[in-house]
Amino acid sequence: MKKVALIVVILCGAILIHATSEFPKWGEINSPASLHVSPYYIKYSVEQTDVPNIVTSVLADYRGFDTMFETTVIFCAGLACFLLLRIFNDKEEETESIFYRHIPSGIIIEFKNHEVDIRDEDFELIDSKFVPYDLIIKTVCRILIPFIQIFALYVVAHGDFSPGGGFQGGVILGASIILLAISFNLKTAIEKISEKTLGVLSAIGVFIYAGIGCLCLILKGHFLDYGKLAKILPIDPVKARAIGMLGVEIGVAITVMAVMIIIYINIASQGKHQEGL
Amino acid sequence: MELLIKEIIGKYNYWLYIILMMIGLYAIIAKNNLIKKLVGMNIFQTAIILFYISIGYKKGGTLPIIEIPHGHHTISPESIDISKYINPLPHVLMLTAIVVSVATFGVALAIALKIYKEYNTLEEDEIRMRLRGK
Repeated sequence: MKKVALIVVILCGAILIHATSEFPKWGEINSPASLHVSPYYIKYSVEQTDVPNIVTSVLADYRGFDTMFETTVIFCAGLACFLLLRIFNDKEEETESIFYRHIPSGIIIEFKNHEVDIRDEDFELIDSKFVPYDLIIKTVCRILIPFIQIFALYVVAHGDFSPGGGFQGGVILGASIILLAISFNLKTAIEKISEKTLGVLSAIGVFIYAGIGCLCLILKGHFLDYGKLAKILPIDPVKARAIGMLGVEIGVAITVMAVMIIIYINIASQGKHQEGL
Repeated sequence: MELLIKEIIGKYNYWLYIILMMIGLYAIIAKNNLIKKLVGMNIFQTAIILFYISIGYKKGGTLPIIEIPHGHHTISPESIDISKYINPLPHVLMLTAIVVSVATFGVALAIALKIYKEYNTLEEDEIRMRLRGK
């Protein structure tokens, strides 16, 4: 099997490398990919949409439909993870032993017997997949997480003018919550942002995107034709396009953030949401 | 000989991506463990993403954010030098592709987790044996 795979792979690679002989050289200014539609985007992005970051203007305006359905794909991925993994009954943990920690000394006691129930202030129940308590990591993360989130909001809000946008900002926001779940534990993260909130948020992001599109329809434009928003906003149509893009990016960021967290908590805890990494 | 060196300098990036892609393809075909297959799939995707990004590169070009001169709010299309900015389209396509690949990787891991719970293994041949009813 491995030899067959190796032969297939080498043949495939040889054919592809042979095909590169017709490719343009790396960094060639007149390569075919840069001749047709991209000069138009570069020339007219600022004039038509008032957004200097061409990547954002192409993403949210010229190719708005594409991005809307990409967002839907991400939403569906989060939904699929939830439906595949989530377990709601809590009658698990029959075969595992129970651990108690004596808080003053830090000694951990294991009980194979499940009827043990210590109700003492000096003892606390801990999970068998217990992650050791680490003061340095917890403190550093507690200080760092707000800054990560502010940076994420900056990336989302400033996506029109500098590198950034909804996808990147959403991933950074999601990563800050995942960092909380890793450095403290999963329960802390779920207390901060509950499962229900996450589900609603992931749907709200797609709703904002499609809602802005439908708003343009109501204002007698095409779907996602942000210029028509000028009828309800006190700005000219070109500026309205930039505002429409910002709204769409916020929707994307909310969905991406929620889906990243949903995927993480479901995989890390195998769908139980009790205890995980 | 000089022609060959020119060819190598002009195309070596594509060759590297093809090698990376073939590493991923080999992992998908030959590896027995499902997680290793998934990692191979991710390497494959990375190769495609790098390939697209390198197609959009222009020598001497900077990132595709239009520089508006100080004191101005806009810039006329005639005064923009196209060769100064790299092609934005591959960046847009790959920006969404990266996030979607993370999301699909999450779904793939979820399915792998389900398979592990059902069969207690992630080795492909063992799963096939169980499926045949052994």
